[in-house]
Amino acid sequence: MEGNMSLSLKVWRQSNKETAGGFENYKLDSVSPDMSFLEMFDVLNEQLIEEGKEPVAFDHDCREGICGSCSMYINGRPHGPLRGVTVCQLHMRSFNDGDTIVVEPWRAQAFPVIKDLVVDRDAFDRVISAGGFVSVNTGNAQDANSLPVPKEAADDAFSAAACIGCGACVAACKNASAMLFVSAKISQLALLPQGQAERSIRAEKMVAQMDAEGFGACTNTGACSAECPKEISMENIARMNREYIGAKFSSSAV
Amino acid sequence: MSWFSQTLTSSIGKKLLMALTGLFLISFLVIHATINAMIFYNDGGETFTHWGHFMGTNPIIRTLEIVLVAGFLIHIADGLILWKNNREARPIGYAVNNRSANSTWYSRSMGLLGTLLLIFLVIHTAHFWIPNRSNQFATGEELNLYQMMLDIFQNIWVVLIYVGGCISLFWHLLHGFKSAFQSLGWNHVKYNGIISFVGTAFSIVIPLLFALMPISMYLGWVK
Repeated sequence: MEGNMSLSLKVWRQSNKETAGGFENYKLDSVSPDMSFLEMFDVLNEQLIEEGKEPVAFDHDCREGICGSCSMYINGRPHGPLRGVTVCQLHMRSFNDGDTIVVEPWRAQAFPVIKDLVVDRDAFDRVISAGGFVSVNTGNAQDANSLPVPKEAADDAFSAAACIGCGACVAACKNASAMLFVSAKISQLALLPQGQAERSIRAEKMVAQMDAEGFGACTNTGACSAECPKEISMENIARMNREYIGAKFSSSAV
Repeated sequence: MSWFSQTLTSSIGKKLLMALTGLFLISFLVIHATINAMIFYNDGGETFTHWGHFMGTNPIIRTLEIVLVAGFLIHIADGLILWKNNREARPIGYAVNNRSANSTWYSRSMGLLGTLLLIFLVIHTAHFWIPNRSNQFATGEELNLYQMMLDIFQNIWVVLIYVGGCISLFWHLLHGFKSAFQSLGWNHVKYNGIISFVGTAFSIVIPLLFALMPISMYLGWVK
């Protein structure tokens, strides 16, 4: 069709956790600039199936930028060249006819490759299980005015809660550090009244779990925040440092 | 493990140690640069030697010197441990990595810049601090540091190594100064501007002042 693009793809293929992977080259002849990046991969997979080859495994779910499933390292950047979007919201018009696009999985000790571009992000779930929740009795919702929350705190908590846990921060960080993710999850609760009861123990346990998973430390390069599809701020990492250091030096947990 | 060692060996605790020792070393740089800048009085080293003598013999300063050496050692050892841990966190790297799109090269190169500074530190202490303190222990007399500077800085290669050390220090401080406050959790809309301004100004002024010392002596501006 008029205006469609020809692309060369260099995609990481790996059959499972145990085997070594490598790059495979693919050609796509008629890519519409209006396709999303994942739709382009759907076209590639159709082509591979027709050729009797194994399609490329990649994570995806909502395809509207809110689930945090998609995870591709495109031309050296998590979620590709645009700021503040996930791969599913990246469209082929961000590329040019004749481009070669290199697609790799997230690279981190704590995120082993399961297959092709799919990585195991259970480490994030274990960090959440360690303390990223509030223990409250169920029952009727309270009266809206019984728990006053300052507007600024609500806004900051909301910005932190926008984190979809995709792992782009880990992928972008030169140390594969999970601090932006963990700090967002600590912050969203530390800022609200419901989070106060377990505030100290939450920071202590989540950071301990983060370290146990084998994520690196923070060098404050800011790469995580720059690549985050939800543009989570580095202020959260500073808040987590305060929460953790404060908790360690003042909590009664010895 | 006690809660205290647990804290200091955690990822955030290691950064806390880097920040605290880093800021302590920054405070040392202020004193070091101020006293050395006395050579610019160009009075044959009289003022410089007066203050050098104070720093070399005052019991409080000499005690703090032990803390300073400890500060250097902790900053270096902790930095190396962090570097090792951070490398282990990503055993397989990316084939294509466009890092300049999201961060500055010097913020990603603190380990490399720190290593260059460590090499410089070895050369620098071998020139002045080690011979001077050895002589003090052996004879109780201080060496004529001003004359030593004049002699050592006649060699163009030495001058170039010192200027190289100052350039490494500039880049290391340009990230390190601000980064220390972030690690301490000091990221606040009221203070970010001043931290950034002072950090940048400090990173320029201190290394420039240091670099001017060997240059001025080599070119004979200071005699």
